[in-house]
Amino acid sequence: MKIHEYQAKELLIKYGVNAQVGAVVTDVNDAAQAAQCLGGEVFVVKAQVHAGGRGKAGGVKLCRSLDEVTAAAQTILGMQMVTPQTGADGKIVNKILIDKGVKIAKEFYLSITMADTPVVVASGEGGTEIEETAATNRDAIVRQVVPFETGLKDYHARNVGKKIGIPANLMRDFSTMLKGMYRVFTEKDCSLVEINPLVITEDGTLLALDAKMSFDDNALFRHPDVLALRDEAEEDVKEAEAAKYGLSYVSLDGDIGCMVNGAGLAMATMDIIKAYGGRPANFLDVGGSASAEKVAAAFKILLADKNVKAILVNIFGGIMKCDVIAEGIISAAKEVNLAVQLVVRLDGTNVNEGKERLRTSGLKLIAAGDLGEAARVVCAAVGGV
Amino acid sequence: MSILVNKSSKVIVQGITGAHGQFHASQMMSYGTKVVGGVTPGKGGGEILGVPVFDTVAEAVAATGANVSVIFVPAAFAADGILEAADAGISLVVCITEGIPVQDMMRVKGYLKDKKTVFLGANCPGIITPGECKAGIMPPAIHKKGRVGVVSRSGTLTYEAVNQLTVRGIGQSTAVGIGGDPIKGLGFVDVLKLFNEDSETLAVVLIGEIGGSGEEDAAEWIKANMKKPVAAFIAGAAAPPGKRMGHAGAIIMGGKGTACGKVAALTDAGVVVTETPDKIGDALVEAVKAAGLYERCLIG
Repeated sequence: MKIHEYQAKELLIKYGVNAQVGAVVTDVNDAAQAAQCLGGEVFVVKAQVHAGGRGKAGGVKLCRSLDEVTAAAQTILGMQMVTPQTGADGKIVNKILIDKGVKIAKEFYLSITMADTPVVVASGEGGTEIEETAATNRDAIVRQVVPFETGLKDYHARNVGKKIGIPANLMRDFSTMLKGMYRVFTEKDCSLVEINPLVITEDGTLLALDAKMSFDDNALFRHPDVLALRDEAEEDVKEAEAAKYGLSYVSLDGDIGCMVNGAGLAMATMDIIKAYGGRPANFLDVGGSASAEKVAAAFKILLADKNVKAILVNIFGGIMKCDVIAEGIISAAKEVNLAVQLVVRLDGTNVNEGKERLRTSGLKLIAAGDLGEAARVVCAAVGGV
Repeated sequence: MSILVNKSSKVIVQGITGAHGQFHASQMMSYGTKVVGGVTPGKGGGEILGVPVFDTVAEAVAATGANVSVIFVPAAFAADGILEAADAGISLVVCITEGIPVQDMMRVKGYLKDKKTVFLGANCPGIITPGECKAGIMPPAIHKKGRVGVVSRSGTLTYEAVNQLTVRGIGQSTAVGIGGDPIKGLGFVDVLKLFNEDSETLAVVLIGEIGGSGEEDAAEWIKANMKKPVAAFIAGAAAPPGKRMGHAGAIIMGGKGTACGKVAALTDAGVVVTETPDKIGDALVEAVKAAGLYERCLIG
């Protein structure tokens, strides 16, 4: 789960990180007054969406007057922001954060992420170009592995700070900041805590100007305070709908809908469709213990995607019995008006009973004997091969 | 021979009174696995499926001599269950549970480092030595006793691979699902080492997927040490970067963990890699034929 920049900064402040959070505004008419209350003459208006790359997409504007703040709020609120991290459809901006402008002397990048153990990633070349820096100049990226047993110590912070060029007089502040980030990372089961940019202001203080956090979904059960920060408007509608039924769904841009049990087999099914010249519309794992009801829900999610021209169901029944899957397919297909070609490949537990039920159901479908045949048939159905 | 489990393995089920635990305990029993008991805190002293239920793993081990535990307890309590099994002296702990928090697994891994306990999973289908012992949730009918080892990060894709072997007349020595989580117990290299030393295993099928570096590490190890032919498939070539594909560990980050990179590393190590998942069986046949082992891999 991800949270917004303003929420991340508020949480980091509680952990001793020096950050500023101005005003969060959802109505353009409130923008100027909110800025006036903050005081000062320069403001930054920033789109609050769960994606990076906002600056380059026009979602961050520097304003030198209250009129400019209003104009920026007008432009940004409601805009369909497309960044490399949002997908082609982009995201509607419902909230903006207005911060006071800061005079920047130097920018850094600082994050903690999860590998086999927590890893600090930092760079003396922070800001909006960090992705490019990571790709073109790997030497400018500093990595510090933190043993989970010891946690992040002062010397880890000094090692990192030294390498990215934190001046000696700010090293203690840097260490406090990084240790705070680490504490929130472990206490709240984060998968990412990122400050970018971390800046030294012209008056010589260390300040987190922007922050991003994401959390381990599997650990949310023990963090009701984090769960309360969820913004459902930011989540993919179909992925959220699927999650309600315990289905794992990722939408892609092809035209062959896939329903598969097991993540590995679901990926393999996407691969084979592509190898046979087709384009998968999604990744959908119905899980190991799906009921007929779950399968029906999965079907509706697939059919809600208007790009889908054919559906491939690929089930290797282990825990899940093929006759149960067959029931789910039949009831769902009868409920929704199934207008696309359906290809079904069943194998494993109770495969004969499952095939028999499909055969006698009166549904128009193609039953495939194995994975290769299933992929060929479904690709042919959409004109791929 | 085989690896990790055989007909003398004595298995307990942690979470045996839950719906999944009970169902799979009965499935394991009907396969012929020696299930000697179960553990559910608070239900000790009772009996289920004809075996005793204990409050703690330590009690179960003392009373039954169990050396393998299969864990079905809910994700929030699974890490506790793994540590309990290790502390009770269980030799092989298999955790089926999906959705355990990453940091819980880090703590478990740190603790197990100095222990003799071998840990498999979590989020895995378990392990089966056909005809001898099934400590997991895989459908038994597709497995046939034989000479090819299988190691995989996936569940149902493992079944697909095993089935392709069986229909080609090739049996399996042991099939191991190492699980789809980023922080896990046994990895590819650990299992490859065991297969390399196992006299019954003549060749190995490796099923990997995007994310992490387990396949690259396996390729490096194979190149330097593996005496037996290996065939492989890597799932996720069609997956977009930055998106998690069901398994917590299946995510391509910053150009790392791609299927392409893994395939290249394995190919370079002399592994026969199939580009499509319908040809896993064929890839293994090609690998064992090239090594002159095909006839010896056939069942019967």
